[in-house]
Amino acid sequence: MTNLLNNWYVKDAIVAVVVGIMVWIGLMLSRREVWRSAMRQVFGRRIVRVSFAILALYTLIAVLDSVGYHQPLRNSDGSLRRHPETNRVIFDSDGRSLLDLLLTPLRNMEEKTYSAPFSATQFTKETLYDDEGKTTRGQPPLKHPRRHVLGTDRVGNDVLYLSLKGIRTGMIIGGFTTLLVIPFAILFGVTAGYFRGWIDDLIQYIYTVLSSIPSLLLIISFMIVFGRGLPQLCIIMGITSWTGLCRVLRGETLKLRELEYVQAAEAMGVRRARIMFQHIVPNLMHIVLITAVLSFSGRVLAEAVLSYIGIGVGADTISWGSMINDARQELARDPVIWWKLIAALVFMVGLVLPANLFGDALRDALDPRLRTE
Amino acid sequence: MFAYLTRRIAYAFPILLGVNLLVFVLFFYVNTPKNMAETILGEKRVTQEQIDNWLREHNYHLPRFVNLQERFPSTFTQTIFWQKSMGLFAFRFGQSDVDNHDISAELRKRIPHSVALALPIFFASLLITIAAAMIVAFYRATYIDYVALVTCVLMMSISLLFYIIGGQYLFAIHLRLAPVSGYDAQFPHLVKFLILPVFIGLIGSIGGGVRYYRTIFLEEINKDYVRTARAKGLGEGTVLFKHALRNALLPILTNVIVSIPFLIMGNLLLENFFGIPGLGSYMIEAIGKQDFAVIRSMAFLGSVLYIGALIIVEVSYSIADPRIRLQ
Repeated sequence: MTNLLNNWYVKDAIVAVVVGIMVWIGLMLSRREVWRSAMRQVFGRRIVRVSFAILALYTLIAVLDSVGYHQPLRNSDGSLRRHPETNRVIFDSDGRSLLDLLLTPLRNMEEKTYSAPFSATQFTKETLYDDEGKTTRGQPPLKHPRRHVLGTDRVGNDVLYLSLKGIRTGMIIGGFTTLLVIPFAILFGVTAGYFRGWIDDLIQYIYTVLSSIPSLLLIISFMIVFGRGLPQLCIIMGITSWTGLCRVLRGETLKLRELEYVQAAEAMGVRRARIMFQHIVPNLMHIVLITAVLSFSGRVLAEAVLSYIGIGVGADTISWGSMINDARQELARDPVIWWKLIAALVFMVGLVLPANLFGDALRDALDPRLRTE
Repeated sequence: MFAYLTRRIAYAFPILLGVNLLVFVLFFYVNTPKNMAETILGEKRVTQEQIDNWLREHNYHLPRFVNLQERFPSTFTQTIFWQKSMGLFAFRFGQSDVDNHDISAELRKRIPHSVALALPIFFASLLITIAAAMIVAFYRATYIDYVALVTCVLMMSISLLFYIIGGQYLFAIHLRLAPVSGYDAQFPHLVKFLILPVFIGLIGSIGGGVRYYRTIFLEEINKDYVRTARAKGLGEGTVLFKHALRNALLPILTNVIVSIPFLIMGNLLLENFFGIPGLGSYMIEAIGKQDFAVIRSMAFLGSVLYIGALIIVEVSYSIADPRIRLQ
């Protein structure tokens, strides 16, 4: 199972499905006049248009970084290398993504160790030999002087490249997690609100129990049991955000089910499932959308904190949180190595700020009375 | 009131039982005691005998729910669930998995330090955010309001890690206004060590708080009683600070409980960075040492505190709003 999930074509298929769903939702919503007029209001302000453009750019980078492939190994004469017995083509063991392909020059600009942004020389001093064989202490020149916009880190990787790779992790935790839990939140919330009785009691009990454990403690317990990693983090963050959305949707369904149009549908003998999914759910979609966008930023910020305290994504996943974690020792040095920390924080603000602004605009247009923390 | 409290606490019990079961399943089914022993003793080069000894030492060798080898009362008491999980209800947290220290004693030692950090942050941020939100609401729909709102959203978008790292660097290392980290529980020294973490915690909570309270005040301002107050000639200041504030207390109270988990989360980082030996740094140490017993206890204790806070808020509703009767 894990093997299958780790296959690049399975991952690519998941990416395709997710992008497909997003496009489909967009198309479905744009057909409804209510949404079209709301969107016109949302996009009427320039700051929102800018925010949306930045979010779209981040999404594009994340999608590009999610489409992976493995390169076939080649012999020195350029022909494909094949397994001597099975005659199969042998592939490179570490996968690449389309983003890696685009950023090949950046990825290959490796140095020996730290260098400051736009610096021509290495940050740390070492023993240099000049032409006459004399030795001096000094900062050796870089292989790619003045080309590292954000400097390089301890092992000489370009920090801009690392920050760009962090986008995918942030977007998965912020966005993909929501896509995972929304169906469950809608199903449980609407069922509880519509049927009431023991079903309501049961669902309420489940989400009250889950939300009674402060989310950070629940996440820590979960992660310490399952170990660090991106999938685990997505699941537990999904669970913690599921409870809030489920509660709001249940409350809203309780209100909607008493309205005349639902009563009329019931009187006409429309089946319950049809009432729930055709008459109630469409009228909850604005809440789902607002919550999804506004909780997005919270999760991106939380990832950094969790990776920092050592229970976030694993060490092999590049994320802003792990970059900040690395920066811990770097800050203790004198002079301070600040660029990795600042890069991670700026990329994070670059994602979280537009998400917050866009979410606020959505709420103002769709449901100004909805209180969100 | 007393009957209400009793009933409310009785309602809380099944929830806590659910929390207890959830934590139990997570720590004893998903992650079996044997896994735990292997993690703590080291995966490799550990013999079956060592594992068995460790399990027996910590009472993890017992069956999980029902012990059929014992006679009636012991059938249920001589089990992991009874020994490890039910004890939590009586705040018997048992001993740590890694170095066998008594968790309850450790908690008693650490709670005052956490409170010393959390309380000033809590009250100062409540006071400052509400005051700032009212000023912003006073200047609603002006340029000041717009700038304040954008500033709030910007402040919310910056990670607490940045405030901590940046604040520590600027005030402690660069300007040398406060110690970089450290702790002393003696009173006059305490202030010196707490002032910077409290200040940073405050900065971290301002953005979200002001924005949230501003919406609450704006909602109140558009209500009928405010129009009446204005119509009879009261000044805008009186309307806002006397009438609207009193009525906004209810939603503010609700937000106060919402901010309690944030308080725990924020303090975890603050305690870690500033070397304050409270519950937050206890958690981080436990994560580092993979101390399952400590994390299990903290998860339960956290939900007890959370549910307790909920009850207190409900009771204080009736104080803030005389129309609400607790029945």
